[in-house]
Amino acid sequence: MAINQSTAPAVTGVRGPEREPVTLDVNGSTFPIELEPRVSLLDALREHLDLTGTKKGCDQGTCGACTVWVDGRRVLSCLTLAMSCEGHQVSTIEGIAQDGELHPMQQAFVDHDAFQCGYCTPGQIMSAIALLREGNATTDADIAEHMSGNICRCQAYPNIHAAIREVRDADDGG
Amino acid sequence: MTMRPITFFRAGSIDDAVAAVSANPDSAFLAGGTTEIDLLRLGVIQPTLLVDVNELPLTYLEDTESGGVRIGAMARMSDVARAPRIVERYPGMSQALLLGASEQLRNMASMGGNMCQRTRCAYFRDGRSPCNKREPGSGCSALNGVNRGHAILGTSDQCIATHPSDVAVALVALDATVRTMGPDGIRTIPIEQFFLRPEDTPSVEHPLEHGELIVAIDVPDLPVARASRYVKHRDRASYEFALVSVFSAMRVDDKGNVAELRLALGGVGTVPWRAHRAEEALIGRPATPENFAAAADAELADADTRPMNAFKVTFAKRAIVRELSQVVTS
Ligand SMILES: Cc1cc2nc3c(=O)[nH]c(=O)nc-3n(C[C@H](O)[C@H](O)[C@H](O)COP(=O)(O)OP(=O)(O)OC[C@H]3O[C@@H](n4cnc5c(N)ncnc54)[C@H](O)[C@@H]3O)c2cc1C
Ligand code: SF4
Ligand code: FES
Ligand code: FES
Repeated sequence: MAINQSTAPAVTGVRGPEREPVTLDVNGSTFPIELEPRVSLLDALREHLDLTGTKKGCDQGTCGACTVWVDGRRVLSCLTLAMSCEGHQVSTIEGIAQDGELHPMQQAFVDHDAFQCGYCTPGQIMSAIALLREGNATTDADIAEHMSGNICRCQAYPNIHAAIREVRDADDGG
Repeated sequence: MTMRPITFFRAGSIDDAVAAVSANPDSAFLAGGTTEIDLLRLGVIQPTLLVDVNELPLTYLEDTESGGVRIGAMARMSDVARAPRIVERYPGMSQALLLGASEQLRNMASMGGNMCQRTRCAYFRDGRSPCNKREPGSGCSALNGVNRGHAILGTSDQCIATHPSDVAVALVALDATVRTMGPDGIRTIPIEQFFLRPEDTPSVEHPLEHGELIVAIDVPDLPVARASRYVKHRDRASYEFALVSVFSAMRVDDKGNVAELRLALGGVGTVPWRAHRAEEALIGRPATPENFAAAADAELADADTRPMNAFKVTFAKRAIVRELSQVVTS
């Protein structure tokens, strides 16, 4: 393949289709692993790093169960290639508790019974924390709109929204 | 579903990206991946090389010399929607962006990728039904299939797939320009020419060469757009594609006549639909509900319907009349 690689930065050249060394930065730790280019960030987390907190619902961008943060922004890991995350910081549900203490949003989900089966919960929590950081949770309608990318089959929405309101209104802002 | 094996190249410069895709007929650009990875996994498209353009310095928004805004192709939908110069000068475009997809998807999806997103037609997406868009000459399963969401304007007997983008509806109304970089250099394409109607070749959606990269979208200075609006009607309140959407920017003079109007429709066309006929019918005429209705009739006069999507004619007409009437009273 005639490809001009001269100016590509850190990573040069065409990689794959076989496994290639990839370095992922997840929850503040660096993981050197080997992956085929087709592997999604979701599968890399679950199958290669044993970080199974992030869930696979639809695998096509419609449910939000796979929500993680890349460079602090919430994204869908099922539609993200792991290789494209090299050089970026990935955060998952496993990384948000600090010093053995639940993140206030996790605690609020427990307190408000904001789940039934729990399958959507990691994605809901990653989305909810990001929402408060984005600052678009002023009204109940705002919360509903900006959480619409996270589907809950068990219909725990009222309790999820209550948990988000509580953290929003807490003195320390969560 | 497991994806076919692919190779991957992270482009470090625009030239690298263009060269890499141009050199390989089975390659494609990878931006946010929200269309590309989805369709790869579904087996609808089969590129063997993905050229990652996410690291390219194309995320800017800047003023142009003529008073408009240039939006880098890799600017993300969420960032463009909330950029002060977009919110102030083109509020309808900001609304169109925020009413599309979900916040996670908007954080990923780029403006360039949005222009190239593919239809949500279920037969196209299932990877096996006859579909002229996916497999030219195989037929169109939607013509006599489930076509409630399909287009009624700009259709052909080869394809009736709806163009799914919201922000593109705003951009056709605003007369934006698509700037590209190809093997032969920079060129600009007026946005209405960027979206091709299906006609006899529904698989060809844009006048882009293989390897031609969108680098920016230019939105011209347009004072009337400061009062623009976008309304989206759909089956769910959020996170759903439009059945009918309306972008409008209208100025009524002190005699009550329509002095300026930009009107475009989503959810009903095979391309983002600029309502030229309705605009022509209204400019210079009194801004009354009767005239709005006559203009809507003119726009939908050639609608090509099927029993399942015929409701969109009345729906679109009412949406236009209601929207323009609200602009008058607001
Ligand atoms: C569940 C779901 C709901 C959605 N809802 C909406 C909605 O309501 N409204 C709406 O408007 N959209 C919606 N979308 C579509 C979404 O906006 C598009 O998928 C997105 O904008 C595509 O951008 P991307 O950066 O992810 O492109 P990619 O997926 O990376 O690329 C898409 C295509 O464009 C090509 N491409 C990308 N960048 C360039 C470039 N710079 N130059 C040339 N070619 C390029 C790629 O090769 C590919 O063919 C939805 C998507 C999903 C998955
Ligand atoms: S409407 Fe177009 S995309 Fe859908 S099946 Fe027919 S040819 Fe394919
Ligand atoms: S698994 Fe990613 S959105 Fe459903
Ligand atoms: S708690 Fe079961 S899907 Fe949300």
